[in-house]
Amino acid sequence: MADSVQAAVRNPAQAGREFQATGVKLATLPPAHRISLRAPAASVAALSKALGLTLPEKPKTSASKGSRTALWLGPDEWLVIDDGANDPLQDCAGVEALHSAVGISHRNMAISVTGQGAESTVSAGCPQDLSLAAFPVGACSRTILGKSEIVLLRTADEAFRVECWRSFSDYVFTFLTEAARDASA
Amino acid sequence: MLLIRCPYCEEERPELEFRNAGEAHVARSTDMAAISDDDFEKFFFIRSNPKGIIFERWRHIHGCARFFNAARDTVTDKFLVTYKAGEPKPDLEGLVSNEPAAYANRPPDQLNVKKPRRAPAKKKGEA
Amino acid sequence: MAEPFRISGAGRLTPAKTARFTFDGKPFSGIEGDTLASALLANGVHLVGRSFKYHRPRGFLSAGAEEPNALVSIERDAARKTPNVRATVQELYDGLAAHSQNRWPSLSFDVGAVNDLASPFFSAGFYYKTFMWPKAAWKNLYEPKIRAAAGLGVAPDQPDPDHYSSRFAHCEVLVLGGGASGIAAALAAAETGVRVILADEQSELGGALRFESGSRVDGQDGFAWAQGAVAKLAAMDNVRLLPRTTAFGYYAQNFVGLTERVTDHLAAPGHDLPRERLWQIRAKKVVIATGAIERQMVFADNDRPGVMLASAARAYLNHYGVAVGRQVGVYTANDSAYAAAIDLKKAGVNIAAIVDLRDNPSGPLIDEARTLGIELNLGRAVVKARGNLRVSAMVVQPKNGGAERTIPVDALLMSSGWTPSVHLFSQSRGKVAFDDATRRFLPGAYAQDCVSVGACNGTDSLEASLDEGYAAGAKAAKEAGGKAVRGGAKPKADAGEGWTGGMLGSAPGAGAGTTVKAFVDFQNDVTAKDIRQAVHEGMRSIEHVKRFTTNGMATDQGKTSNMHGLAIAAETLGKEIPEVGLTTFRAPYTPVTFGSIVNHARGPLFDPTRRTATHDWAERQGAVFEDVGQWKRAWYFPRAGEDMHAAVNRECVTVRKAAGLFDASTLGKIEVVGPDAAKFMELLYTNPWEKLGVGRCRYGVMLREDGFIYDDGVVGRLAADRFHVTTTTGGAARVMNMMEDYLQTEFPGLNVWLTSTSEQWAVIAVQGPKSRDIIAPFVEGIDLADEALPHMSVREGKICGVPTRLFRMSFSGERGFEVNVPADYGLAVWEALWAEGQKHGACAYGTETMHVLRAEKGYIIVGQDTDGTVTPADAGLDWAIGKKKTDFVGIRGLSRPDLVAPGRKQLVGLKTKDPKTVLEEGAQVVANPNQPIPMKMIGHVTSSYWSENCGRSIALALVVDGHSRMGETLFVPMPSGVIEVEICSAVFFDEKGGRLNG
Repeated sequence: MADSVQAAVRNPAQAGREFQATGVKLATLPPAHRISLRAPAASVAALSKALGLTLPEKPKTSASKGSRTALWLGPDEWLVIDDGANDPLQDCAGVEALHSAVGISHRNMAISVTGQGAESTVSAGCPQDLSLAAFPVGACSRTILGKSEIVLLRTADEAFRVECWRSFSDYVFTFLTEAARDASA
Repeated sequence: MLLIRCPYCEEERPELEFRNAGEAHVARSTDMAAISDDDFEKFFFIRSNPKGIIFERWRHIHGCARFFNAARDTVTDKFLVTYKAGEPKPDLEGLVSNEPAAYANRPPDQLNVKKPRRAPAKKKGEA
Repeated sequence: MAEPFRISGAGRLTPAKTARFTFDGKPFSGIEGDTLASALLANGVHLVGRSFKYHRPRGFLSAGAEEPNALVSIERDAARKTPNVRATVQELYDGLAAHSQNRWPSLSFDVGAVNDLASPFFSAGFYYKTFMWPKAAWKNLYEPKIRAAAGLGVAPDQPDPDHYSSRFAHCEVLVLGGGASGIAAALAAAETGVRVILADEQSELGGALRFESGSRVDGQDGFAWAQGAVAKLAAMDNVRLLPRTTAFGYYAQNFVGLTERVTDHLAAPGHDLPRERLWQIRAKKVVIATGAIERQMVFADNDRPGVMLASAARAYLNHYGVAVGRQVGVYTANDSAYAAAIDLKKAGVNIAAIVDLRDNPSGPLIDEARTLGIELNLGRAVVKARGNLRVSAMVVQPKNGGAERTIPVDALLMSSGWTPSVHLFSQSRGKVAFDDATRRFLPGAYAQDCVSVGACNGTDSLEASLDEGYAAGAKAAKEAGGKAVRGGAKPKADAGEGWTGGMLGSAPGAGAGTTVKAFVDFQNDVTAKDIRQAVHEGMRSIEHVKRFTTNGMATDQGKTSNMHGLAIAAETLGKEIPEVGLTTFRAPYTPVTFGSIVNHARGPLFDPTRRTATHDWAERQGAVFEDVGQWKRAWYFPRAGEDMHAAVNRECVTVRKAAGLFDASTLGKIEVVGPDAAKFMELLYTNPWEKLGVGRCRYGVMLREDGFIYDDGVVGRLAADRFHVTTTTGGAARVMNMMEDYLQTEFPGLNVWLTSTSEQWAVIAVQGPKSRDIIAPFVEGIDLADEALPHMSVREGKICGVPTRLFRMSFSGERGFEVNVPADYGLAVWEALWAEGQKHGACAYGTETMHVLRAEKGYIIVGQDTDGTVTPADAGLDWAIGKKKTDFVGIRGLSRPDLVAPGRKQLVGLKTKDPKTVLEEGAQVVANPNQPIPMKMIGHVTSSYWSENCGRSIALALVVDGHSRMGETLFVPMPSGVIEVEICSAVFFDEKGGRLNG
């Protein structure tokens, strides 16, 4: 049977969607591997070793190595994103220490917001203080954008990665588009 | 919009990220099936709804997703303290204040007293 | 000269920059920087509106946001009509088109003005007392007529084509108000390096410096200093200036709502610009510098066009270069009006006389007025303004009575003193305190981390205001983490103005016993007599007086009227002002557009619209969608010529004869992982889970603690420590929340974690006798034989070359599968299965067919067949309760006396006697249709459909003791007649369930 089957093609949400205004650029990021990782403190060392980066234990922080970033979302919760070829789900599969790793590569999608107007753009719908002092590069948080939940990661002084659930992606992209128009006005 | 300190995120976050989850310290019995009708009524239906300090649960649902507890004054909407789920009721001694944040211009016992026409001169360099 | 009242050399505008505009269609010319008010005054136009109730002609009272009279409509085009714009705030732009309101047929001849003649009948409480009978007439007759006759502008009848935006902002120091003290506070705070936001409602900051010709700061004219200071602030990275921005609401913990008017002043706004921007600012410290507002004198006919506040005349002269008249009278009870008279006199305008209620005023301004040769009438009152469409004279009388003298004027300036603007302080829940000496309310006890400075704090002189503002800004910044500053650039006042004193309440000639129209609240047409009448009719609290008279309730929120109203009420009550109290200041400070509040949340951004991976495919197939929460779900797939009924009938039959494909992706999915996963499931669901084999599924029921059904769904066990839980579409978020709640707070010792995977998996339900044939060609690594994969099993493998969690399960009663694939593959797998399905005569079906098929089988839908008061036993699901279990959520609730007593409503099937009759969902069921109304209702229909497969209508209902009524005949009374029904089993099709394996 398998021989006759043509592998299903992938149709990521908002694939290729972009928007540009003066000082702000939005773009749907390519698909990535993602897991929701849950574990007690005692398992962090073993999981860090398996994942090849030190899982952050401080609120609102992330850790990156190579194509992989681990975002602290809660005291026992991380979002691990890998833009490369290696699925962190595989890396966790062999870990004996207590944990839960669930693949959510398709649950989330990501939009990059870059440019000098990036902070203002996100601030149109996110009530957190996003100044560099309060939300420095590498800071991350689950939060709100308009009427959708997002995970926000600051990747550079003027760059954010906005993660949201697949079915909210049209809303989030459209919201950011309006916000970017205003931020550039 | 309130500003709520999440004891897990260790900072104040906007209320939009939170959801109220009712009164705190209403423990579910470990022998649930055996409790009396009266005890079930107290557990499930009866809430204190005080005017003043309430112990209540919040969930940082659009943040770290943790449930936690708070002591809040229902009259002023001010949070006295927030603390992690499972921790005992905190001692509010020293946290409760009926004093206003400040008094304008003059102390309260002089509030209706005539004001000098010109404010007293400020010292040089006081900034 | 095009603008006869523009004074050459006066004001700060550049005459060369002209702007054309129209008012009621008549063309005029003004200058850039004008407000609509100053431009009209420059053209000698005072009459701009009709009053709310009496339709009295009205002009400009003020030059600012407190304006109660000069409300106009601004029309940019057919859709952009903004009613009730204050002409004193609207900046002029080239091409502006303004219209007067509340008049017919024209502004100068208004039929509604007959109300003014009939005004003895329109006194306070008139509407309440007159239109009480008959009751129905209020809604149908009186209210619409009254609303048509009284009123403000007309709301536009087209959707608002503009867009509005929103911004959250955070700062250490937020300064509200850009007058002298606010600017000083911002300068001091900015020097420390902290983030400072300075907001002001005007286009150019400066506050009272705009008109106070006598103010000099740091060696320059006060207003020029303000512009320099603002430029300095604008150049600093840590400062954000928000001109044209009104702080309208002060909320908890220094959260302030402001609206910025972005395009209302532009002749041709860029398309990308929002009309307004809502700012929601969280500040560590707030400095309130909102200034003070001048009050009118309360005397007969003080509302005639041309009668205005003295400070307004100064602003028109000193900033806009406009004289408000050629023969100007002044009526005052304090010094500030003298400054207006002096400025006008020096600009060449004739001052007819100053009438001062005080017997012996003294001071430099009085001396200067005398020196300039202005006639002073001391200890006298203006008891009446003459004129109709424009003031023509003031009638002057000694204040204790005596001979009247009429002095012709074409404008009359008045001042009874200044009211500190404590609105925002009060909104912050601070308590105001009455200052006996100066007879005004000032900030008292603070509730939040803010401070008031300058005139709103009762600080009168410019020097003291600058000092106070600067010190407050520095202190706030320091406390908020600013760095220490040595030798900051504190502004110094070289000369300044400052006003105290004045009077409250009605002036001579308008006091107790008089019936003259001495207006307290211009916009709502409330006179001094109305306030007294309210007290005489028994109103004691100022809150009652306010509501009875509507004093202070108009769009200007009593900025000029509250203190007068209060004083008159207090006098009539024989009480002191503080005893009577002040009405509460509420947001918004000035009117805020709905657009600003809603901002981005309109059209596609009103609410997220969630679509599944196959949405576009279904759309191409002509699917009709229904909203299920935020989701769009395919409802049915009509073919050419089919209506909904025909399409659903075809889909229902096709699924049972061949197969159907259904997108079930919206179902909630939760992955429960950890060594204690089964233990956790035992606690959250009524069913037993420990012994469920890996690879097997079970229908789970979740209760609340009270024993009522909360949610349900099929749960598959993927591994000893891993469950794939499904929930209802609508229950996805709340089930997850409830699970987390119990896990975190009641069972924190369990080693288990929950992850929402609702959107990780696209779910394609393939149902029907041909379902296995359809999926088989694409499946790898899973044996699809009945023995290997019986009903209620789950396997992981591949389909179409991508990972799948393949469930053998059914919500249709047919052999069925639910194919879970990672969401981005959902469309491709669907299309592959669809192509294969075509070969087997399968169809795509939507939620309506799904509902019919499950109802034929008696499968409940939580939220449709249950309503939060249904137990598992009521729903015939008691088999799903683990009888040996000692605990699960709801176990105790189930044994509550009312839940085990007879007489509960139980879920049953209903068959209509006439099989063609389809019941209405929600219809009530009775035992005896001949009983008198109101009948005793013993149940209601929860689900009802035409079943093509059964060849008749089917229905589910909750009926009292329904399970023991099988075969009984009951009745459903409807407006068109009584429908006879028979109680039957809830399973209408394939009662033995053989087809699940067939």
